[in-house]
Amino acid sequence: MLKLNDTAVQKMKLHAVRTYPEECCGVLLGRDAGDFKEVCDVLEVRNQGAENRERRFLISPEDYQRAERLARREGVEIVGFYHSHPDHPATPSQFDLDHALPFWSYLIVSVEGGAPASVASWVLKEDRSQFDQERTEVFEGELVHRCTGLKDHKEGRVKI
Amino acid sequence: MSVRVLIPTPLRGYTDKRDTLVLEGRTVHEVLEKLFSHYSGLKRHLLTDDGKLRSFVNIYLNDEDIRFLQKERTPVKENDVLSIIPSIAGGRT
Repeated sequence: MLKLNDTAVQKMKLHAVRTYPEECCGVLLGRDAGDFKEVCDVLEVRNQGAENRERRFLISPEDYQRAERLARREGVEIVGFYHSHPDHPATPSQFDLDHALPFWSYLIVSVEGGAPASVASWVLKEDRSQFDQERTEVFEGELVHRCTGLKDHKEGRVKI
Repeated sequence: MSVRVLIPTPLRGYTDKRDTLVLEGRTVHEVLEKLFSHYSGLKRHLLTDDGKLRSFVNIYLNDEDIRFLQKERTPVKENDVLSIIPSIAGGRT
């Protein structure tokens, strides 16, 4: 299960709308509590895909490493990633499947005609055959686990 | 040569929860062979069916992507650090 607050969900939706018709992407920061993961904040990352950004996203290894360093400094960890599916359901594609790793949550924001539609989170099956949809619990208001210093990253860039 | 291998979070379930392993080898290839022989569960996620590194799996020797060195034939030195760093990719189709 993935626990997150509505502020985080709103941030992802706004990011998805802003980049429409291209895909957006970002990092879910939080902690693994064993039975569930909780998200304390989301970090927008520039889609580094060289082409077809309306149907592809890429978080470069350099941005991944920056996010990992930031997470470590904040005492949290990368618990997953999000991206948008413009004019497409929030279900993972074969391409998503081919590029996934276990444990992490892969959250997808569907955007229809420029407006946010559904949000769903997915976890890769151990045998890589498919994703299982992950139950999500969205809380109102305050962050479930406070991260400090994550609020002022510049749009589209990971601040280090 | 003893090389430290850094394991990313989602793969630590296959390395007895260890985030760092010390493995022997003269080249990146030899170190990776050791890694996969000790922790075979990693193979499925890092290698394709024909045994090549998956396209989203990047191997860094110290701070350099081995693609810009001699790829898996890159020689390693004592106390080098080998990092497994994923590119995160996907998309609607």
